[in-house]
Amino acid sequence: MAKETSIKARTQTFSFFYGQKQALFDINIDMHENRVTAFIGPSGCGKSTFLRSINRMNDLIESTKHTGLMEVDGVDVYGSDVDVVTLRRRIGMVFQKSTPFPKSIFENITYGLTLTGKKSKSELEEVVESSLRRAALWEEVKDRLHHSALGLSGGQQQRLCIARAVSVNPEILLMDEPCSALDPISTGKVEELITQLKDQYTIVLVTHNMQQAARVSDYTGFFLMGKLIEFDRTRTIFTSPSKKETEDYITGRFG
Amino acid sequence: MSVFSGHLPASKRVLGFFAVLVAAFAAVAIVGLIVSMFGIFIAGGAQHLSWSFLSEAPRNNNMEGGIFPAIFGTALLVLIMSILGVPIGTATAIYLNEYAKQTSVFARSVRFAVNTLAGVPSIVFGLFGVGFFVQFLGKGLDGMMYGSMEAKVFGQESLLWCSATLAVLTLPVVIVAVEEALRAVPRELREASLALGATKWQTIIKVVLPNSVTGILTGSILAVSRGAGEVAAILFVGVAYSMDGNVGLTEKFMHLGYHLYVLATQSPDVEKALPLQYATTLVLLGLTFLLNFTAIYIRSRLRTKA
Ligand SMILES: Nc1ncnc2c1ncn2[C@@H]1O[C@H](COP(=O)(O)OP(=O)(O)OP(=O)(O)O)[C@@H](O)[C@H]1O
Ligand SMILES: [Mg+2]
Repeated sequence: MAKETSIKARTQTFSFFYGQKQALFDINIDMHENRVTAFIGPSGCGKSTFLRSINRMNDLIESTKHTGLMEVDGVDVYGSDVDVVTLRRRIGMVFQKSTPFPKSIFENITYGLTLTGKKSKSELEEVVESSLRRAALWEEVKDRLHHSALGLSGGQQQRLCIARAVSVNPEILLMDEPCSALDPISTGKVEELITQLKDQYTIVLVTHNMQQAARVSDYTGFFLMGKLIEFDRTRTIFTSPSKKETEDYITGRFG
Repeated sequence: MSVFSGHLPASKRVLGFFAVLVAAFAAVAIVGLIVSMFGIFIAGGAQHLSWSFLSEAPRNNNMEGGIFPAIFGTALLVLIMSILGVPIGTATAIYLNEYAKQTSVFARSVRFAVNTLAGVPSIVFGLFGVGFFVQFLGKGLDGMMYGSMEAKVFGQESLLWCSATLAVLTLPVVIVAVEEALRAVPRELREASLALGATKWQTIIKVVLPNSVTGILTGSILAVSRGAGEVAAILFVGVAYSMDGNVGLTEKFMHLGYHLYVLATQSPDVEKALPLQYATTLVLLGLTFLLNFTAIYIRSRLRTKA
């Protein structure tokens, strides 16, 4: 594999609580620029919680708290002077369930762009095309940009959400099981996309699909019951894991 | 009774039979009631419904002419009521559902107040309307704008204060309907918007509200149809016995529901007034049904579109 790139985001003894319930325990991870970092682990082990802590999506849930450090570009994202809106603009997110707005395809893509003020029509059109191209969706929808996004198939909707996320040029792209509702062909397209997108972004991917992690990621972390059991280069995790729990999980003797 | 028997004990079977009988009887009775209600009004009033009845002002102590000022006044009343009440109700619902911590004392107090408001008898709203809007607000405005509390511009019973009173009365209807609609907007959509760097306010304006239009419209129309039929609440606040077609915001006005009351209680000739009453009732009922059907229609239209 290529040599180490710089660290885009990292945590130090990061813990997270839903009320009294602790969901993450002392997590230490470095996420490298232009690399895909994947997280695997059984259901309920805290993968989504971790991902949603990076762009502070968990702020929306009442009575949650964290301890430890979550840094992006060396800045604590929970610091008192951090503007969460700006932070989220820099960190895109693709959810497990595709979430197109009940608006046209065009309006879905331009949504993020128009939040920061009016843009010219040509500028919007340009971004719509380039975003859809990056999400490998342009050819399929270019003739119906002004039709409702809800008319797209599940796989197309998910790629639309990816296009929507990249439309605002985030630095980090968080993807929470982006393929769990997709057929193998759409999954293949999204995976291809991930490998292309990492040239421009730092990608953090949660997946239940071990092959997917092995195929697209450079680093893999294995979570179990809120703890990060092992974190290493993907090849190492899948060929010679150092922890027994990791080996049990990836060989299917667990979960 | 044998343990092997699959049948219910006889006593239970008889009970079940009576339950069905009572239910069937109640159903027939309700349908019968509705049919006879309409039957009476149509039989008694239909021959009096004419274009001139709908388009002319009343004459000769309401015994001749038409009820146009009452139709127009009622329409204006509910229009102004909606303009005043729907934005406030929507804003309250947005606050309660989007901003307030569900456990906060303030939010719970507001919710309690809304529920209490829904249970207050409408005549009490009428007294409130006189006391608060006419006496306090109206006279206060007159004092400020015309230098005298007795200027009798805002400080008297009027269409404006009736609308305001009804806006308060229908506030719970609007709030509940809008809140229901806001709650129905999936969390995922809000999160998708916030994840793109939208502020909470942008998310509400661009995603949450467009997805709640149905609820807001239904709430408004339900409020309007409730307000259109309400008499007790505006009894002291500005309804008039009889007027010509001209209506002013700060003047009294004619109202369909009140007109019925007037016809029934203050006519010089009760016998002669009865067909007029029935015809007026038909118009009022027609208006209410029209509004309700509009609400249902908009609802189903928007639902199939979404
Ligand atoms: N809003 C919440 N309130 C309370 N507890 C929560 C909440 N969301 C998640 N949890 C708990 O936190 C733990 C981690 O959940 P999380 O959703 O992060 O798991 P996950 O690894 O993403 O699981 P899955 O693979 O099923 O998506 C679970 O025990 C879950 O029950
Ligand atoms: Mg999850």
